[in-house]
Amino acid sequence: MTLLEARDVRVEFTSRGRRARAVDGVNLAVGEGEIVALVGESGCGKTTLARTLLGLERPTSGSVRYGGVPLAYSSRALRAHRREVQLVLQDPTGSLNPRHTVYEAVAEGPRIHRLPGEGDLVAEALSRAGLRPPERFFDRHPHELSGGQRQRVVIAGALALEPRVLVADEPVASLDASVRGEILALLLRLRAELGLSALVVTHDLGLAWNIADRVAVMYLGRIVESGPVERILTSPSHPYTRALLSVLPESPSPVVLGGEPPDPTRIPAGCRFHPRCQVLASGAAAEAGVDGLCASGELPVLPSSAGSQVACHHASASARREARTETEAERL
Amino acid sequence: MTLLELRDLAVTYRSAAGDVPAVRGVSLGLEAGEALGVAGESGSGKSTLAMSLLRLLPRGASVSGEILLDGEDVLTMSWGRLRAVRWASASLVFQGAQHALNPVRRIGDQIAEPLRVHGMATGAEARRRVAELLEQVGLPAWRARGYPHELSGGQRQRVMIAMALACSPRLIVADEPTTALDVMIQAQVLSLIRSLIAEHGIGLVMISHDLSVLASTCDRLAVMYAGRVVESGPSREVFAGGRHPYSRALAEAFPTVGDPASRIAPRGLGGDPPDPAHLPAGCSFHPRCPVSLVSCASEPVELRAVGDGTGAPHTAACVHVSEESR
Amino acid sequence: MAGTRRRAALTRFRRRYARQRAGLYGAAILLVVVLAALLTPLLTDPSGMDVTKATGARMAPPSMDFPLGTDESGRSVLLMLLWGARVSLLIGFMSALLSMVIGTVFGIAAGHFRGWVAAVLMRVTDWFLVLPALVLAMVLAAILGGGPSTIIVAIGVTSWASTARLIRAQTLAVEARPYIERSRALGAGHWHVMTRHVLPNVAPLVLANTTLMVASAIVTESTLAFLGAGSGQVSWGTMLRGSYDWGAATSGAWWYVLPPGLCIIAVVLAFTLCGRALETVLNPRLGGAS
Repeated sequence: MTLLEARDVRVEFTSRGRRARAVDGVNLAVGEGEIVALVGESGCGKTTLARTLLGLERPTSGSVRYGGVPLAYSSRALRAHRREVQLVLQDPTGSLNPRHTVYEAVAEGPRIHRLPGEGDLVAEALSRAGLRPPERFFDRHPHELSGGQRQRVVIAGALALEPRVLVADEPVASLDASVRGEILALLLRLRAELGLSALVVTHDLGLAWNIADRVAVMYLGRIVESGPVERILTSPSHPYTRALLSVLPESPSPVVLGGEPPDPTRIPAGCRFHPRCQVLASGAAAEAGVDGLCASGELPVLPSSAGSQVACHHASASARREARTETEAERL
Repeated sequence: MTLLELRDLAVTYRSAAGDVPAVRGVSLGLEAGEALGVAGESGSGKSTLAMSLLRLLPRGASVSGEILLDGEDVLTMSWGRLRAVRWASASLVFQGAQHALNPVRRIGDQIAEPLRVHGMATGAEARRRVAELLEQVGLPAWRARGYPHELSGGQRQRVMIAMALACSPRLIVADEPTTALDVMIQAQVLSLIRSLIAEHGIGLVMISHDLSVLASTCDRLAVMYAGRVVESGPSREVFAGGRHPYSRALAEAFPTVGDPASRIAPRGLGGDPPDPAHLPAGCSFHPRCPVSLVSCASEPVELRAVGDGTGAPHTAACVHVSEESR
Repeated sequence: MAGTRRRAALTRFRRRYARQRAGLYGAAILLVVVLAALLTPLLTDPSGMDVTKATGARMAPPSMDFPLGTDESGRSVLLMLLWGARVSLLIGFMSALLSMVIGTVFGIAAGHFRGWVAAVLMRVTDWFLVLPALVLAMVLAAILGGGPSTIIVAIGVTSWASTARLIRAQTLAVEARPYIERSRALGAGHWHVMTRHVLPNVAPLVLANTTLMVASAIVTESTLAFLGAGSGQVSWGTMLRGSYDWGAATSGAWWYVLPPGLCIIAVVLAFTLCGRALETVLNPRLGGAS
């Protein structure tokens, strides 16, 4: 069952006098008990999409739905939404007010929503987040804790509202390497114990491999490929996904894309990846006869299906050819 | 002759709260053209190590041991000789390099600064050298006229590398050069570093918390924990077959995509990296160690040889090592 | 639990403040002045300030009976100095308080809200910033009639704008931090963010700024009194006016000119030293939690 969904969401900003299409048509769904990884480089719009799903940003068009119901932007509707979908940010040190104690930080959510039994909620949330015994942490300040503990406090603060979906923006990027595993294991444990779904926004494919069920790869405001992690990360179809995987330290034959991730104010025509695409540059696209399409043909916005899908002219052409050879082989 | 040799280097910060030992007896060696990776997390002392190589530590730091650069001890050099050595023989790429650029000066002026300070080039000659350096790091020469805010993170990092190369040093120390960069930009910068050190025969000491990045870029690897080297050897061996439990944990923290063993199985260590002001007794890793013995809480372990002695030297400071190598 | 923590924080604050030498001097001066002002009704007789009951010779130099001499009506300068201290300090404190409250409200609101609300608030603030404060205060004092409360309102209403700008800048800085975003994600509304996050962070700045503001309010009160828009009661400003009107400086009656002037200087200096010391101790950039 789909819990949190983005339907044809577009978010535009005006930056330096030009329109930046940070999110340019995205369909994404997070189901019950599912962990979805949203992967991409900086500037691709993944953080904007995450904030829109939380209701912190209003889409220019399209809708965010929870349980099938579109999100209204009245303060009452937003508050109800906050009880269902919560946020964990990247920097645990910045996410906590240095003047508040751990108790106050975790109790902030229940206090805002005037939930009864605040003390119990806080204790329960802290122990679920792995800080046991919770009473020992009530009176501490963030600067007295380690990075991993701070992130657990932030997670506890989100858990105190008993949400169904957690949106985590780079949850372990600022943490020491040896501590990452613990926090990721915590997310998995919360899924197992509470049925908590998660949308993890990250640039780290290894993280997606570690904990996600599905992965969606974003480039310049669109999802270019999505599907089950085992499929997408072991045999990717989109050239961008392939390039990202190839530059991981262990992989042989890295495809290092030239240039910088482009500017959302100047989105290329046709396939938005074509100026950096290694398949187009190597001539393989021309061989398949799609190089004209790459530069001019618009690609459709991918629907939010559970299966694998890719937005690429070359990949679609190859898939069609394979299908044709298969049917021919069957006929023979 | 060894380009860089550290002999029992120890750095202690003196603060109002007492002495904090950041580096506790590190011995490493590096040949010209070789790349050494130093891996560690917060509190391991790796950044202190990097800064100490050019005597860039703050005044409250006391340093002991020897840092031999081409045979000369950096720690006992005269001030004049030290200034000549800084940047001309050995240069640094700082952590958070993107913020190490002066926002109100042009890029070309900043890259030319070490050239001017060391009297190597001025005016038109300096401009020519700056253009050459920018080209080497993959930036167009016209960028010299621009300002840092016009560049992206990856481009600023390239500028820092260009600056480090300015005086053609024999040694470059890079402290977390690709942290905070996207994977693609990281790949670009790493391949740039690799090609430059190969082309010019420069020695490289690269510091990072990402063991996989170090393993693919460097020839040898040294893993630091709580101010000491706990494992050291050829990078492939240390990464794929680490003998110290901490090296193994660090390697597992960055799983290989495609490896079924790490699918929905994040692996990490409990506890936190130790506070250098309050180190545990005995082996400083024992509170977090999955295979610690009773003796580990009281007896520290020195680096022991791993394997049978053939091939490149590989050492690890774990009580379990000596038992296996017999 | 929270009580012990607050007590510990207070002790830390006291210790840190004690290290600011200048701040200690300032605090000492203030203590003396405030004590003197408070004890004055117990130690002296206010009837001596009535012009009709003045007993001394006119413009007499200091003597045993009148330690600081007399003014043009024969009243003891020392007596007027003490009673004037009460008025000057009271008006100084209260107008600074008023100014701080208005400035903080405007500042936090202007920094927190976006769009037309902030724009309107900022324009109002800018307007008050460029108004000639002294002129406006005199006009207000004339319209509202005499009396200390009028002066307090006049000074308070004309001096809040710079505080507001300062608070707004700090509010913008605080609101850029990730924990504000987290608070919004948890469902916080405007009031919650402004009172539980912004205000505690901004409070140290407000406190330090208020201390400095008292100093300038005392000077303003004295200036207004000197220019004739007084509160009707004896204050240091009116004493200076009196000495000016009666040519004390030219006729050599230094005891009439110097004491009020020096008092104003001493108190303003004391407040400034304290304010600076507070700023140093409570500087948010140095960590925050005192």
